[in-house]
Amino acid sequence: MTFAKAPAAETAAPTIEITGLNKWYGSLQVLHDINLTIAQGERLVICGPSGSGKSTLIRTINALEGFQNGQIKVAGITLNRDQQVVEDIRRKVGMVFQQFNLFPHLTVLENCALPLRLVRGLSAAEARDRAMHYLSKVRIPEQALKYPAQLSGGQQQRVAIARAVAMQPEVMLFDEPTSALDPEMVKEVLDVMVTLAEEGMTMAVVTHEMGFARQVADRVIFMDAGRIVEQGPPSTFFTAPKSERTKAFLQQVLH
Amino acid sequence: MHFRDNIDYPPMLTRPTVFVPLLTAIFGGLWWFQAGNSAIGRLVLGMAPWAEGNPLNLLTAAFVTVLVGFNIFVVMRLPLRQQVWLVWGELAALILLFFYSFDLSFAFIQRKIGFLITQGLVTTLYISAVSIAIATVLALMGAVAKLSSNGIAQGIAHFYTSLFRGLPLLMQIYMIYLGLPQLGYVVDAVPTGIAALSLCYGAYMTEIFRAGIESIPKGQWEAARALGMRPTSVMTRIILPQSMRVIIPPTGNQFISMLKDSSLVSVVGVWELMYLARTQGQTEFRHIEMMVTASLIYWLMSIVLELAQKRIETHFNKAATR
Repeated sequence: MTFAKAPAAETAAPTIEITGLNKWYGSLQVLHDINLTIAQGERLVICGPSGSGKSTLIRTINALEGFQNGQIKVAGITLNRDQQVVEDIRRKVGMVFQQFNLFPHLTVLENCALPLRLVRGLSAAEARDRAMHYLSKVRIPEQALKYPAQLSGGQQQRVAIARAVAMQPEVMLFDEPTSALDPEMVKEVLDVMVTLAEEGMTMAVVTHEMGFARQVADRVIFMDAGRIVEQGPPSTFFTAPKSERTKAFLQQVLH
Repeated sequence: MHFRDNIDYPPMLTRPTVFVPLLTAIFGGLWWFQAGNSAIGRLVLGMAPWAEGNPLNLLTAAFVTVLVGFNIFVVMRLPLRQQVWLVWGELAALILLFFYSFDLSFAFIQRKIGFLITQGLVTTLYISAVSIAIATVLALMGAVAKLSSNGIAQGIAHFYTSLFRGLPLLMQIYMIYLGLPQLGYVVDAVPTGIAALSLCYGAYMTEIFRAGIESIPKGQWEAARALGMRPTSVMTRIILPQSMRVIIPPTGNQFISMLKDSSLVSVVGVWELMYLARTQGQTEFRHIEMMVTASLIYWLMSIVLELAQKRIETHFNKAATR
């Protein structure tokens, strides 16, 4: 693991471009005029109090959430409500959920291989090989034939990461990947994510793990009440936060 | 036991506070209802010819109570599985004994049972199997329609379940058999039966399938869709296999129930099991013989379905039970 941090993110082509994004639930505005660009190879960490809209924001990127106005571009494709466009974008975007969302009726191996066959059109043998490759990368190839319910939370989340990464997406979204885990399992999941980051994967991570943000992030974003309040590289974000709300939040999460 | 707690309860029936009142109740009940006049009473009379009237009632009640008490004493000493099977077998024997007490003519049954099976059972099975297949397809379509965002499909599905769950099955059979000819379509008896059974059970099963599909957490859809899977694949590969665990038990119920409701088709003259049971006994006034035989055949078929359901349940549970 001797990878240097990816070359200066600002110069690379943007993978995700969000401009003027607004979203309401009824009369409640949950996203306020969000402008955000994620460059290729960039590692972005989004933090903020619960209900601040950070999960909603990354879920709009692969159209799990809709939005009322604004524009989202993923790998050059402008997101709209057309089925083909949405599915094209979902093929470029991998996602990991707080609750893992593994398919409980399939073995670990089938969890990874089935989407490869159905979406990528791989043969059964190719899908199995590629699935095993990625299960090895998350360090649980020996669990391949078990069912998700037989695994610990940390193992399940690593399978979920393998399942998403095996699709070879251009960007990975993580929606509080360690929030549902017991404390002693957080590290094994974060380690996998660090490895992924070191290999140059573009990542947007919603998390409260500030240690991970310090170690891996190119940029940290603080959201509150549906707005991006503050952003910057971890070096300045953690040591010299500008806004009062960021200071208050950091005081609570950094013990 | 579905949920095994880590407490050793003294088994209910070994507690004197339970078995003493229980046996007293059995004894008192039998005495009160003059058990001496029953078939068991006659049996006791054979052993004790001096008893008569109230002493016979008391003696019979005591005899049965001791029998039950001894039976409980023996059964409670067996392992759980054997207890279940033994009690099942004893109850089955009691039912058969009940039938036997009708003084049936077995020669008559022997003469008719061949026809009852080759004509009646085969027709019943044929109608039920075809109806089950069609009902399953209708239910799947109905459930998907109800959960779709297509107003026309939803409207049709809601009307369909409302109408066919709302009308008595017997009425539906008459409507198809007697009503459709008004439109110029004369429908034969067997297709009528199949149509009515499929439509009616399809409507019930629509609700079962819908509830089963809705029981799968939203996260499963999200994960599958986020991976890029098409809606049809998500449904057939992710959602339906999981909802099977929820769908199978009530569907098994429906199949068993349909098997017996297929007897309603006899009203339009289909020669299925019920129709034959009624008509074959008529010529020699041996109704009970045919009714008992048909009942046992229905029961046997239901047992087969029960066992099949159990196997399928185990199959779809394997991921959850490890």
